[in-house]
Amino acid sequence: MIHRFVLVALLTLFGLAPLTAAHAEYADVVLNRYAEKNGMRPVIYPHWFHRIRFRCKVCHFELGFEMRVGSNDITMGKIIDGQYCGMCHNGEIAWSVEHCDRCHSGLPGLKTGIQGGHKTGGPGIW
Amino acid sequence: MKRWFFAGVVLWISTFTATAEVIDNGRKYVWEPFDADFLHDPANPALDELQHPEEAFRNFPKDTPTIGNQVDWVRALEQGFINPRTNLFPDTEIEVLDLDIIMPDTADMPMVRFPHRAHTQWLDCSNCHDHLFAREAGATPVNMFSILSGEYCGRCHGAVSFPLTECRRCHSVNRSRFRGKPGAQQPPGRIYEPVLEQPIVR
Repeated sequence: MIHRFVLVALLTLFGLAPLTAAHAEYADVVLNRYAEKNGMRPVIYPHWFHRIRFRCKVCHFELGFEMRVGSNDITMGKIIDGQYCGMCHNGEIAWSVEHCDRCHSGLPGLKTGIQGGHKTGGPGIW
Repeated sequence: MKRWFFAGVVLWISTFTATAEVIDNGRKYVWEPFDADFLHDPANPALDELQHPEEAFRNFPKDTPTIGNQVDWVRALEQGFINPRTNLFPDTEIEVLDLDIIMPDTADMPMVRFPHRAHTQWLDCSNCHDHLFAREAGATPVNMFSILSGEYCGRCHGAVSFPLTECRRCHSVNRSRFRGKPGAQQPPGRIYEPVLEQPIVR
């Protein structure tokens, strides 16, 4: 009986180890200033997905996104008006705002902030 | 008792099967599935509509496993693995500057070489000038403390571009072997090898 206890404990421990570390993709941004207060899931913005398709300068120069979490006051009103995300997410360059769940896809309770940054597994070959 | 035992086994096995991984040159790359990344809500019905990093990155030139997105982004761009748009508005001016700056005030570390080329391929001049960096070599008091607090280079490096654990990717100029003057260098700038093949300078 004791053996089984130990076995279960060990399996659970080692099994859970990879799960306990949060594994957001590097540079994912959580936006939750307004989302959850208005009954939506927090927004997850994947930098990696966008930089495959657009250079940084498109959003951070042409569209005027500040490079600092929290310094862009993004609301759905502005997006529908064609500002911020709405410059592309208008059904012409990218899919439009009716696909709520594609952006509002985060776990409830997430805090606004950049995820995955500073959380890599330490130095690589450097 | 038996039930708990099996629950443990199932949980244990599921952590192996749920992860997507790619082996590249003997290195193992792992990207967490969205429903187990502690970020996306597994109950979200649209998760299947999103592209997964593993699918996107599978054939990209790789960075070291566990570093950032594990992608050598500069290489991916230069070799045409990706062709991201430079502008939305037709009259936006696109400027790429080929000018290396060598920063000598790095204490015991090798000096820093800053390549404008790799940076301006992604960024506009105004992203860094002049609110973060003066347009004059040596005029900005850059230091690692500020960078680690998210200022200067740390605006991007450590958050979106390769992280600050990779010291020698910037500190790449041996002080005693360097001939010439620090500051702005004569173009063309250094042509960088893929990150996994770059020499480590002491």
